[in-house]
Order: sequence, then C-alpha cells, then structure tokens
Amino acid sequence: MTDETIHETVDEDRRDFIHIAAGAAVVGGAGALAWPFVAQMLPAMDTRAASSLEVAVTGIPEGGEIRVLIGGKPFFLRRRTPAEIESAEAVDVSTLRDPETDDERLRPMGDGNLNRALLIVSGSCTHLGCVPVGPGSNTGDFGGWYCPCHGSHYDTSGRIRKGPAPTNLPVPTYEYNADGSAVTISL
Amino acid sequence: MKVIKAFVAGLALVGLSAPAAMAAGGAKPLHDGETHLPEWTFSGPFGKYDKDAVQRGFQVYTEVCASCHGMKLLSYRNLGEHGGPFDKGDAEVTDALVKEFAAQYTVNEVDDIGDIVERPARPSDRFVDPYPNVQAAAAGNGGAAPPDFSVIAKARHGGADYIYRLMTGYPDPEEIVDGIIEFNDEHSHGELTQPAGLYYNPYFAGDTKENWSGDPRHAPYGGFIAMPPQLTDGRVEYLDGTESTREQLAADVAEFLAWASDPKMENRKSLGLGVMIYLFFLALIVYFSYKQIWRNVEH
Amino acid sequence: MSGHESTYKPNTGIEKWLDARLPIVRLVHGSFVDFPTPKNLNYWWTFGGILAVCLMTQIITGIVLAMHYVPNTEMAFASVERIMRDVEYGWLMRYIHANGASMFFLAVYIHMFRGLYYGSYKAPREISWILGVVIYLLMTGTAFMGYVLPWGQMSLHGSAVITSLIGSLPLIGEPIQIWLQGAPSIGNATLNRFFSLHYLLPFMIAGVVILHIWAFHTTGNNNPTGVEIKDPKKDAVPFHPYYTVKDGFAIIVFLMIFAGFVFYAPDVLGHADNYIEGNPLKTPAHIVPEWYLLPFYAILRAITFDIGPIPAKLGGVFAMFAAIAVLFIIPWLDTSKVRSLRYRPLARQFFFGFVFVCLMLGVAGASNPDDVVIPTGGDKLRYEASFEGTAERDAIKAVAASHDGKFSASKGVATVMFDDYHDATEFAEAAGIEEKPAVYHPGVKWLLVTQILMFCYFAYFFLVLPILGLVERPKDEPESIAKSIHHKEPTEGSAIPAE
Repeated sequence: MTDETIHETVDEDRRDFIHIAAGAAVVGGAGALAWPFVAQMLPAMDTRAASSLEVAVTGIPEGGEIRVLIGGKPFFLRRRTPAEIESAEAVDVSTLRDPETDDERLRPMGDGNLNRALLIVSGSCTHLGCVPVGPGSNTGDFGGWYCPCHGSHYDTSGRIRKGPAPTNLPVPTYEYNADGSAVTISL
Repeated sequence: MKVIKAFVAGLALVGLSAPAAMAAGGAKPLHDGETHLPEWTFSGPFGKYDKDAVQRGFQVYTEVCASCHGMKLLSYRNLGEHGGPFDKGDAEVTDALVKEFAAQYTVNEVDDIGDIVERPARPSDRFVDPYPNVQAAAAGNGGAAPPDFSVIAKARHGGADYIYRLMTGYPDPEEIVDGIIEFNDEHSHGELTQPAGLYYNPYFAGDTKENWSGDPRHAPYGGFIAMPPQLTDGRVEYLDGTESTREQLAADVAEFLAWASDPKMENRKSLGLGVMIYLFFLALIVYFSYKQIWRNVEH
Repeated sequence: MSGHESTYKPNTGIEKWLDARLPIVRLVHGSFVDFPTPKNLNYWWTFGGILAVCLMTQIITGIVLAMHYVPNTEMAFASVERIMRDVEYGWLMRYIHANGASMFFLAVYIHMFRGLYYGSYKAPREISWILGVVIYLLMTGTAFMGYVLPWGQMSLHGSAVITSLIGSLPLIGEPIQIWLQGAPSIGNATLNRFFSLHYLLPFMIAGVVILHIWAFHTTGNNNPTGVEIKDPKKDAVPFHPYYTVKDGFAIIVFLMIFAGFVFYAPDVLGHADNYIEGNPLKTPAHIVPEWYLLPFYAILRAITFDIGPIPAKLGGVFAMFAAIAVLFIIPWLDTSKVRSLRYRPLARQFFFGFVFVCLMLGVAGASNPDDVVIPTGGDKLRYEASFEGTAERDAIKAVAASHDGKFSASKGVATVMFDDYHDATEFAEAAGIEEKPAVYHPGVKWLLVTQILMFCYFAYFFLVLPILGLVERPKDEPESIAKSIHHKEPTEGSAIPAE
C-alpha cells in the first residue's frame, strides 16, 4: 500500500463522515419538527381549562339527580334515598362482576366523613359509551341506571349488575368544598 | 455578481422607503424628539416581559381601562399563565388568585328550567365585556365604541410605543382653557379649539386643520380622540408601592397590553434561538458536504 | 417526468415486480436521481427547490390551521386568536403559514426574474414558462383568499375592493360580483367559499408543479449560458447527489431567513389593521394588499383617466390583468435568439431597469397616489372662487395681485395661491371668502410616478423585448457548457458563484 492510497482512504472516510453527519442532522431536525405537528392535535389550553367544574349539590332532590357536562362528558350527581343507600350496601360484593363496596365509590367531605346520600359517577356506559337513563325514567332492574343501547343495568351505587357492560360506572375525581354544598369534578 | 448587487440595492431601497410610507399615514409626534420612550425589556431577540410591570399594568387596566375597554379574547385563566399578572411561580397561589379574580364578575347561564341566571365567572370563562354589545358601547361613549384590548398592541402601528405615547401625549389640563389650546412652538402658532366631547392628542391619527385658527400648513400634528385623558399622577395606588406617575402608569399598562396581545412571545423567541442555532450548524455541515461532492467537478 | 432513459436497475425481486407493473421508482429515479443536469447551474437555480419546500410548508401548516379555524364571520377572528393562544404550537403554525406566504412570493419572484434573465422561457421551454405563470396566478388567487380568512379589517375591506373590481365590468360585472360573493356584499357566504377554495387551490398548484417539472425535464434544464447540453458526460452531472446537496444548502439558508421572520419579526410583513376584527361599517384609512401584490395594486390605481369608451375604473382592472397576462406571451415577444443575458450586454441593462421598475411599483402601491414624491417648492395656501364673466374674474385677479397671490382661472373657477399666511387672510377678507385656505403641496405626485413606471413596465415587454432582439449585437455564445467553464476566470471559494 503506497502513501497515496492511504491518504485516499482517510480522505474517503472523512468525506463519508460529513455526508452521514449532514443526513443525520437533517433527520434529527425533521424529527424535532414533527413534534409541534403532533402536539397541535392535543387538547388545547381552553379545552383543558374547561375540564373541571364546581357543581352545587344542595339543590338535588332526594331520589333525584342532576346531570352535568364537563368537557363534553356527562356526569350524574344523585341524591339517594335511605332505601337506595341500604340496597347499595346490602349487596354481597363477591358476587359482582366488578367488585367494589359502596364506600369505595364515595369520596370524603372536608371533615373526613362520607356523604352517603350523594353518589357521583360518570354518565357514559362502560360498554360502548351510551348515556344510561335514570330516576324519572327506567332505572333498570336494580334501581340505579339502565342503558337503553344494549341493556346494561346498574345498581344504586352505579355498579354493573346485568348486561354487556364490563365494569362499574367510573367515579370521577372530585372534591367537596369546605361546607359540603358543592363539589369540584375534574376529568 | 451584478444581479446580486442589483437585488441588494433594490431591497435596500424598498426597506428605506417602506417606513417612510408608513410614517406618512400615522400621527407625528407633538414635539419631535422630545418623547422619551420607556426602555422596553421585551424588545430585541432575547427580550422578556418585565413581570412586575405586567402586574402593575394589569392593575391599571382593571382600575382605569376595564370599565370601558373589554378584552373579550382573553380568559381569566390566561392571567395565571406564563408571564401573566397572576403568575406567582406557585400554581396553587396562582390558581386561587385567578379564581378569586374571576369570581368578581358574573356571567349569564341558562338553568334547568330555562331561566337565565347569573353565576360568578370561572377561570375558564372569557373576560366579561363591560358592555352587553357594540351598540351599547358606542351609545355610552358618544358614538365611538371603545376598542377591544385583546390584541391592541398588534392592532396599532408602533404597538406599545403607540400606547405609551397616546396615553402620555394629551396636553396638560392647565394648557386647555375653555376647550382652547394655545400653541406657540417651532411648528405651530395659534389656537386649537377642541370640538365638544373630543380631546386633542398629537399621536391620534386625524386632522386638526378645521379647528385651527392659524396657518393650516402649521396646524398641530395629531387629531381628536373621544377618550378624555385617563392617566394622571397617582390615579392608581400600586400594590407594590411603585410611585404612580403618569409616565409610569402609561408604561406599565402598555407593557401589560403588549403581553396580552402576544403572550407566547417568550416561547417564540426561545424556540427561535434553538432553531437558528440548529439551522446555522446544519448549513455549515451541508456546505462542507456540498464542497466534498463537487470537489472534482469544474463548474 | 424525465426526458431521458433512466439508468434505474431494479435489483431485488420485489423491485422488479413493482417495476413491471408500476414503474414509479423508475420515474422518481429518472427525474430526481440520475437526471442529467447542467453542471454550471448557479444559486439562482436553487429557487425551484426552495419553492417546492415553500409549497409543502404551506400545505402542511394549512392543513393544521384548518383543523382549528372556523370559517364564520362571527367566529373567524376569535378562532385565529384561539390558535395563537390556546392551541399547542398554534402560534408557530400560524406564523409559519402567514410568513410562509411572503417567503413563497419572495422565492417565486426571484425564480421568475431568473427565468427572464437567462431566457428560460425561450423555445423549447415555452410550456414550462407558461405553466409557471399559471402557478403564479394560482398563487395570487390562493394568497388573496387566504388573507381574507382571519377576518380582520384588511381582510374584509381588501376583499371588498378586489371583488368590486370585477363588478366594474360592463353588464356582466355586477351579476358576477354577486355570484362570487354569494351575497350583495362580502359576508359569511364569501368567507365560506374562500375557505373552501383556499384549501383547494394549493393542491391544484401542486398538480401544475408536476406538469411544470415534466415540461422542463422533457426539454432539459436551461443553464446560465443558455447553451443546450451537447455531451452529457462533459456538460452535465446527475441531479443526485450534485444538485440535491446544492439545493439542500440553499434551502437551509433560505429557511434561516424564513425562521428569522417567524420567530423574531412575525408581524412585520403584515398590516396592523388586520388585528382589528372586520367591521363592515368602518373602512381602514389606507387599504393596501400584502406586499407581494403591491406592484399590481399600483397599476390598478394608475389608470385615472377614461380610455375611449373604457371608464377609468375598468381601465385599471384591464391594466392590472394585462400586467400578469403579458407574462404568458413573453416567449413570442422576445425576438432574440440568444437566451442568456450574459451575452446580451444591452438587454442586461434594460433587465436591471425592469427589476428596478417592478420594485418601485411595489413602493408606489404602498403609497398614497396623491402624496408628493418630489416636492417642487414649499407648501402653498390655495383659495378657490367661482366667478361669472370677465369683470368678476378681473376683480378677483386684482385683489389677488395686491396681496401677492398667484392667480389662475379656468372654467369659471379662479384659483389663487399664496406663500404667506397673512397675505392669504387679507385676500380672503377683501374677497369676502369665509372658508379657510386649502393646503397645496406642489410637486410630482405618486400617481404620475406610478403612471410612468407602468408605462416602463409594459414598454419592457412590448417595445424592449421585440425591438432589442432585432437591433442589438450580442456577444458570442460559448460552444458548450464545458467550454464556458474552461474559459472562465477561476472563482475563489465564494459561496455564490460569479454572475
């Protein structure tokens, strides 16, 4: 191998390096550029800001419920009658499809006690997202909610008892205010 | 090379004549060279908003401007976002401040039985306009609806400079006797009569010839604005104890409005720096790659 | 899209399978890999690639913006501000799109001037040129409709001005205008259709771009000498990697300028009034289009006189459209056989003059036609008084003369000019005039300058191009591209080659 060919080889390597570096830099830049284009489809700041809501609960009549939309998703706030509370607590949890006690589905108030009368659950059926019907209409076989789409029955704790839905109506993240007159529900 | 030179010359020409064309349209300063503009911290490629000034400016806006000028494109939550007046660095403190501030305002809502009820505004609500509609705004202000302030710094040539000049440009009250202002400076000699309900401002676009007693060629610069002078020394008692001179108030409110018009400016400039550095090095690498590829080709 | 036999050799089985059925890889390979490209292309030739980048940028950011924009007069302005404030990186998308339009036009103008300078429109490349003009027309239409979408004051009143131009056509004008607007005025219907068309046209541009490339790949690229490739081995290099890397470098430099605007001066090319929500009851003081349409706007306003049966307004519209339409027939207006202005010293001087005229038309378009460009003396005070009969006229003249006033009269109206304010007031008192004097600025107004510039613009096409080719004595063209390189002075490592 002569000096000249060695020189050529070194030159060749350096030459390749610069092209690879250029290519890598372009690919890296393109990758970074892709992020804003992906991120722009995330929920915008106004959408995220509208994803929690303070709801006054004092006006809900016993045995009745109010329905609120937060960020376009429905939620049920129900003031249960003593009988409904009793029937929710009487269930043998081990027989349930999605075992949860009634207490697990409630959140403590400011003083640490549970407000057993007030049940707050998501308003989308866990089967395919329809909105179940409730008090004042058909409450289903278990006195809670009934989903007219495919016939899921929920009990007075929002737990799935019959029908195709796989899980209980989810309990959203919520907090009572200091005097318990309102709750702040967040997505 | 000649082509390049011609283009550079042409572009330079356009660059020189464009500002001149713009200046002809806008108002000229009252006394050339006598306006001292504040040194904005947000100008330049690395400029950032002065947080304290934004906070003070927000106080000026709420106490002085907000009774007539809405900011309907802003939401209360914006006040707590990066660089905003309630951005205290602690999310909880900020959220509480924003919530408390928003709750001072009421918005209308339809309740379950179809009645329109009022509820306190939430951080996610848009700023409540001082007037129910444009007609009411115009009727309440002598026919001239006060402009919305959401993007006002972008909507005026000169931006914050213009706001500062306009707010500090009104003649002193003692200069106005029975609606007449006496001019005796290098440019103008004579008397200017303010029309009823209008106020002379040298920075407001308009024409003063009709109300000028002297030589129309030397009519004062500027025009008549429907807004009476608002900022006077001590008009606002600053929470942070800053002395509230007219100039300070004007500079602060201009800073706040600049922030409100362009809240993403700091993100923009910092991302821009990264992009420019990346492009610079990429250009360098690709240039060497180009030189390598072409090294054996005569061209 | 390649006018030559591609050297593409499918190696693997799947490549062969595809090549026998849809030779798309062969097409791309032939067009953008081994396409023989003249080896002497300078940096002015990189603007084709830059324009492709601009088009892609506009389409991609435009699709993003369309996901968030609301084409409704009640909500459009607020939805744009929502993009700026609430959408993740929305401000970046919008600033890229808004400044991208300016960058696109900057690049297309350089590209067009390059074509003019090097005679790229001449046979056999007429179709390439004409397709390019079609692209440019589509671009102006797209840009115009895009500017309406934010629904600011300039959006609304600018579009009102432009659509009313069509209304100036005799008989059919008004029905067409109403049809275009979908209402008697610019409104929600107009905004909706402009949004639809603004989304459509860029894809039509992309289609014509493919035809444009097909056309000049059929004839081969022009080059700075204007001499065709004689021997591809000596005169040409394959497009890749030689021009991919050169175009790439130029694109990066261009992107730095682009990024400078987007990140550090995003609103400098726009107009402040467009940040005021559109208000049909209030017209902005000065309606001006975006900078890239200013030369045509200047021509539109330059016709202030009736031409025979054509009223001034319609004349302006015709002149404006003619200014673009003339580009289509350049290949047949230019009588010179020599393509490149390198070898036409005289024509080159005229070309630079033409570039200057175009730039100045842009400045004229931004200026008020009644403003004085070159003052011919101090401002004067002017009184006008009507008179009946020579006796009355002479009386005014006498009073004017006694107060140093310059008197002139025509059609029963006397005009008296004064330098001095006291003379003027005394004259007014003596003549019983109560109004204040008007201020008269003597000098050459933009209107006249614009008219001269417009004359030069059309003269370049209709006088210079046809006549010069017949009378000038061009220098000798080189025999081949390779020879032109050998005879050239060696250029030291400057980034931009000579010429």
